[in-house]
Amino acid sequence: MSGRDRRDGSSSERAKSRLRAGDVALLGAEGLRGRPARAILSALGVALGVATLVAVLGISTSSRAQLVAEIDALGTNLLTVTPGQSFSGQTVTLPNTAPSMIGRIGPVLSAAAIGSVNASVYRNPRIPSVNTNAISVYTADTKLLQTVEGSLARGRFLNRATAHFPAVVLGATTASVLGIDRADGSVAVWLGGREFAVVGILNPVALAPELDRSALIGFQIADSLLRANSSPVEIYVRTDPTSVAAVTTVLPATADPAAPQDVNVANPSDALVARADASAAFQSLFLALGGVALLVGGVGIANVMVIAVLERRGEIGLRRALGATRRQIGVQFVVEAGLLALVGGTIGAVLGGFTTTIYSEARHWSTVVPDDALVGAVALALVVGVIAGLYPAMRATRLSPTEALRTT
Amino acid sequence: MSFALELVDVTKLYPASTPVVALDHVSLRIERGEFVAIAGPSGSGKTTMLSVGGTLERPTHGTVRVAGEAVVDLDDSELSAFRSRHIGFVFQQFFLLPTLSALDNVATGLLYRGLPRRERRLAAAGALDGVGLAKRESHLPSQLSGGECQRVAIARALVGAPAIVFADEPTGNLDTTTGGEILELLRGVNRAGTTVIIVTHSLDVADSAHRTIRLRDGAIESDVSVPR
Repeated sequence: MSGRDRRDGSSSERAKSRLRAGDVALLGAEGLRGRPARAILSALGVALGVATLVAVLGISTSSRAQLVAEIDALGTNLLTVTPGQSFSGQTVTLPNTAPSMIGRIGPVLSAAAIGSVNASVYRNPRIPSVNTNAISVYTADTKLLQTVEGSLARGRFLNRATAHFPAVVLGATTASVLGIDRADGSVAVWLGGREFAVVGILNPVALAPELDRSALIGFQIADSLLRANSSPVEIYVRTDPTSVAAVTTVLPATADPAAPQDVNVANPSDALVARADASAAFQSLFLALGGVALLVGGVGIANVMVIAVLERRGEIGLRRALGATRRQIGVQFVVEAGLLALVGGTIGAVLGGFTTTIYSEARHWSTVVPDDALVGAVALALVVGVIAGLYPAMRATRLSPTEALRTT
Repeated sequence: MSFALELVDVTKLYPASTPVVALDHVSLRIERGEFVAIAGPSGSGKTTMLSVGGTLERPTHGTVRVAGEAVVDLDDSELSAFRSRHIGFVFQQFFLLPTLSALDNVATGLLYRGLPRRERRLAAAGALDGVGLAKRESHLPSQLSGGECQRVAIARALVGAPAIVFADEPTGNLDTTTGGEILELLRGVNRAGTTVIIVTHSLDVADSAHRTIRLRDGAIESDVSVPR
């Protein structure tokens, strides 16, 4: 044979057995090709785990991105002033002059207060008085809607005229709880012992969600009809976006010069961002579930590989006879397991991305799948696969060639 | 002069509560170019002889030299490399990989030499041609007859141009006619200069060799050469 010298390579008898890196990968792929259905099924476990991880991270990231975008659209320059608690633990009240004092701060664009009214609202007089539906009745400034940048689903907001009359504007939740979808003045609710005409229904207010479950009436009608000397329970302050911090500093003393320490100032958009971050803590549960699925997938791969080693004893013996070292046999099975997990991981990443897209599209969010999550989850799958392959590979390397070849 | 295979006082024990003596102080020399049959009833040590001679297992005691190299001194990687260069195997069950074409099965014979795939396939095509299966290159083992499968296996054993070919019951799974053809093919391999050692329990197969070594209870019972 002419090729003999060339194929012998080096003339040294003490040469080591060599297997090219590319051939190692090919061997792994060949092994999987032998039993495609089994390979797909065992990769599926890992795929589900990775899909869960990617989808959980993708959906929560998309949701957070959406929320942050919404908050940015609403503006981060809305501040709220609420009465705090005094040193002795009693809830203090804000002076009635607070809203107008705050309105005089230079960078404040608008300020509007809501005041508490000791009354409840019912659909009609026949409803038992205990069924308040947890709806709060507040007095409201006519500037409130503009200050919180809310919008109306129907009708109009209180104006200087309707504030004097028994007219009410319902929050979004209130309207649905009471079952009211008309705001042309033809529908009335029972509020504080008399009928109030519904003149407006709000859309949900993102930065002031407490308004969603409220019924808003004018100061004047509250004073005259319900004798509610309503002190402000919350003052909404819209400031110049560049002066948010400065306004925050002076707000307590402006609202209540006598007891500034009893005044709470908050930025609701901060609270929303914090809430979005807090919901990330909840997602760790789902991530843990995804991790468990991935582990179960890894166990499945280990199981399948142990069976493969048993079934392919003949092949192992043959390869040893053809010059494979124990190590090369082991590497072949580890690579096969790793490849199986990699295939599963890739399928899972695609599935997870797909799930995120569908979910986000359904909610009209923009889809955000973090690259870190994709790469990390697939890498994790690979690690799980390699670890799962170690034990079967060890069994394969321990097989004596003679023993393996005795298989019929 | 170095021998193709030389066993010096080889003993092989298999561990058990009372160790099984598979080879009992066997000494043997096979010259290059010989066509030898190792025969004997089952349990006589034939397969152990093939495993130890083929460097698949190490003897418990004694020295094994293949092509002049004392293989007991080699570590696993060196021994594997040595096998891939100097020893070819043919088995009763063929051991073809079911997902690979005939050509790629033959090329697997060179896999552990670290040669590029293209070179392996080129050499494999030559070897397949040598066993008369040039036209079956792309067939899968499931598409080949038993005799053809064994030819592919022989091509795989020969593709690395080994000094010795061990054949373990090469005709065991074949009918008499096909078995005869395979024996004729091995005889041709031997005529081309390769040492061929057939392990068999069939007296007919043993009779076709130039030299027949009979084993019984792990020892050589008889060693008969017939003039060529």
